Amino acid sequence: MTASAETPNSAVPPLTALLQAAFPQSVRDRHAQGGEETVIVRRQGMLDLFRFLRDDPRCAFDLMIDLTAVDHLPRTPRFEVVVHLKSLAHNHRLRVKIPIEEGQEEVDSISALWVAADWYERECFDMYGIRFAGHPDLRRLLLYPEFAGHPLRKDYDHRLQQPRVPLRAVRERHDYEMRVQYPEGVEKPRNPA
Amino acid sequence: MNIVEILLNPYVQAILKIVVFVLLFVMMVGTVMTLMERKWMSAVQDRIGPNRANLPLLGGIRAHGAFHILADGLKSIFKEDTVPDGADRFMFTIAPFFAFISAIVIWALIPFAGPIGDFKFQITDLNPGLLFIFAITSLGVYGAVLGGWSSNNKFALLGAARATSQMLSYEVFLGLSLMGVFMVHGTLQVGTIVEQQNQYWFGDLIPKWGMITQPVGFVIFFTAMLAEAKRLPFDAPEGESEIIAGYFLEYSGMRYAAFMLAEYIAIVGVAALTTTLFLGGYHVPWLHADGFHLLGGHWALPQWIVTVLQIGSFATKVIVLCWFIILVRWTVPRFRFDQIMDLGWKKLLPVTIANVVVTAVVLLLWDWIG
Amino acid sequence: MRRLENLDLGAEPMVIEIGPSHPAMHGITRMLTKLDGEVIVDLDVDIGYLHRGFEKEAENSNYIQIVPYTDRLNYVSPLINNVGYSMAVEKLFGLEVPRRAEFARVIMMEISRITDHLTCLGAMAMEVGAMSVFIWFVKAREYLWELVEEVTGARLTTNWTRIGGNANDLPDGFLSMLSDRLTKVEAVIDEGDAMLLRNKIFIDRMKGVGILSKERAVSYAFTGPMLRACGVPYDVRRADPYSVYPELDFEIPVGSVGDCFDRFLVRMEEMRQSMSIIRQASEKLPAGGYLTHDRRASLPDKLDVFSSIEGLIDHFKIVMEGPKPPPGETYTAVEGGNGELGFYIVSNGTGQPVKCRVRPPCFNFVAALREMCIGHYVADIVPIFGSVNMIGGELER
Repeated sequence: MTASAETPNSAVPPLTALLQAAFPQSVRDRHAQGGEETVIVRRQGMLDLFRFLRDDPRCAFDLMIDLTAVDHLPRTPRFEVVVHLKSLAHNHRLRVKIPIEEGQEEVDSISALWVAADWYERECFDMYGIRFAGHPDLRRLLLYPEFAGHPLRKDYDHRLQQPRVPLRAVRERHDYEMRVQYPEGVEKPRNPA
Repeated sequence: MNIVEILLNPYVQAILKIVVFVLLFVMMVGTVMTLMERKWMSAVQDRIGPNRANLPLLGGIRAHGAFHILADGLKSIFKEDTVPDGADRFMFTIAPFFAFISAIVIWALIPFAGPIGDFKFQITDLNPGLLFIFAITSLGVYGAVLGGWSSNNKFALLGAARATSQMLSYEVFLGLSLMGVFMVHGTLQVGTIVEQQNQYWFGDLIPKWGMITQPVGFVIFFTAMLAEAKRLPFDAPEGESEIIAGYFLEYSGMRYAAFMLAEYIAIVGVAALTTTLFLGGYHVPWLHADGFHLLGGHWALPQWIVTVLQIGSFATKVIVLCWFIILVRWTVPRFRFDQIMDLGWKKLLPVTIANVVVTAVVLLLWDWIG
Repeated sequence: MRRLENLDLGAEPMVIEIGPSHPAMHGITRMLTKLDGEVIVDLDVDIGYLHRGFEKEAENSNYIQIVPYTDRLNYVSPLINNVGYSMAVEKLFGLEVPRRAEFARVIMMEISRITDHLTCLGAMAMEVGAMSVFIWFVKAREYLWELVEEVTGARLTTNWTRIGGNANDLPDGFLSMLSDRLTKVEAVIDEGDAMLLRNKIFIDRMKGVGILSKERAVSYAFTGPMLRACGVPYDVRRADPYSVYPELDFEIPVGSVGDCFDRFLVRMEEMRQSMSIIRQASEKLPAGGYLTHDRRASLPDKLDVFSSIEGLIDHFKIVMEGPKPPPGETYTAVEGGNGELGFYIVSNGTGQPVKCRVRPPCFNFVAALREMCIGHYVADIVPIFGSVNMIGGELER
């Protein structure tokens, strides 16, 4: 898949080594397990790193394939925002991981660099509650606005039922306030159904 | 007063003709068209179509789905008649009437067979016949517009807006294409126009049907009438995929059935009008009131056989045209609304005007030569 | 386009909700459109009506139990999802799949790709008004689903691949049935082609509608037929080859303008290429097993289970705890009907994944809908949305 650490006498250094050389403070770690190049970066300076990834001709990552988060609950740091990138010109892939601690779930938004990130970040916020600073319109995407909680977190029980929402009045403009509520413990509201 | 005098009373005759022609022929054919649309659509789509409706009391006889007509009618009657909240009740109620009236009243002028002596197979033969037909078709716009506007629904409003523009525009071409017919025949009286189509060229060989004297007019008239009847490819007001059902979105039950029936009767009316004006009406080629005349030969036939043949020929032509209209619907995609307007004003209008001019020139030359 | 500021009519743009239940919103989507007459001024796409919590359920199921959930992702091409997921887990394990199973997977995946495109193109044609073409394509789809039913037992909920191979082998007589059905499908596709592709009305509806430039498409991370219609020849089967695709010979159709007509044509041509792939694969189909014998991931033979203690223990462990891949993560992409369908699976050594993420290809397309539709007429939403081929199950999982 990539001209990477697998070819023994490769004159081209792996991409992740290049990144570590260019951004020594941001890059915490790198590996290429299973042939998939991965780099773990700090939250500070991530925008510059991503801009480098998109614009530098040796990287040229023009497709932002996926942006998601992983919740490793008992482990710290608890969350990890994972971004998969792909280059059409060089045909290589990269995975960028940004670990964040519980209680500080905020990273910079990369939607200014790749428009695709817009909806992916909205979904990530919807599912995990991670805020993206600089996102033009961060609101829930897949779930309805009155939904309480963030379902893909490990402390959200997958059998939890949400209370019924009263019928909304027809509004002319689609805006609403987002209320993010963290339920105390796992509460099963009575649901007459 | 005995029975013959009663029957000779012109008012009684008119009522009888209305009953026979309109109720028996038009309504029958209209309702059968609702079923035949589904059957012919299924034929295009490689399937059988509705064939399940049966009469359980008569042993479950199915008749290839003919009872669907009855079933559809009964279903419409029993459905809940809803008037949407906030709708203008009066307009909502009278809108289907406009559609229905404009579809049915044009049948007052269509001849079904040749006249026997003084008795005409036509409910009435007005002198400004074509103008009357025009006027009544224009009333059809009200049905769509009032129905859409009064429904208090944005999709219906979009449908009504599109219906207005489309129907009003295409009436222009309708009229202009009929100008050619008017010029060729010199009269607006429908009975006379049909009579004149039984004249022949080259001795007794080629009938002077409107299709041959006015080919461009034929095509434009047919297209414009399809647009008036809001049939695919001109069914933007009824959108279906975009604005769901357009102007009759909020109608249900018998009101919806009224709109639908009006639409099918309009289709049959389109077919009948085209037949009358362009396909020689009830005429069978080379058949005159006293039998076949062809190339000097003569085969005498009694009057009643001639009448039966003429009615049969009229019915056949109407049904073939209906079949064609339905086939077009299930084959061709739908125009986008601005493309309909574009087609009409930028392409059909010049062609129609050119048709009028060319017809006029040819007629003048014809007169000047012979 | 008239500018609203120049009008003194006191007219306001009309906000109309197209959706959620609407004949043209496949799956269910709600679009709040602001209209100026018939021109779209603004558009907000509201999704989530089919969100069923695939990822949450996957985190609470073991690796074999997730396979039926993947059927329901892109439900018009279920086998592609099955194979994609199984490939991802096999990568975690480091398993080798038998060659025969690989070829069988390719045949079934391409059949699924054809059904996906038939559904998309049929729906596009129907919504533009040519309803007969939809029925013909559905008839062709039925032939293909007969094939799928022969092999997997179901038309849509196939649940066919297992970790390390497939649940069963291709049945006897399948190959002759395959060539027979493919001929019929090809005849129907030719009919649809003749009906639509030279029809002026259809071309006028589709050409120039919904154009997205190549740069914007790449920025939106389009993949699959939408990106190929813009002129970028990116296909996961060629860029990151998987399974036995390197041994098969096929072309990638590429469009030029990126409008709906190009997308239609690209999908039509892809169907023909898929049929060619199926024919090649069915000729090259080798003999062999259909499931790996590696006991970490796949159930052992019933004979072994009932006659040896190791078989019994392996069977017990897999059924009770599920296959347990070594800790790690992988992102594996396959070429779905809509584009790059990616599975990102994170494992911590237990029988249930920490994260099982599906990267939905049509997510990007629906995100770009707003930009594609603004400035067009209301009636253009229908071909644009149809060409996007939004499959609710995949978009919202």
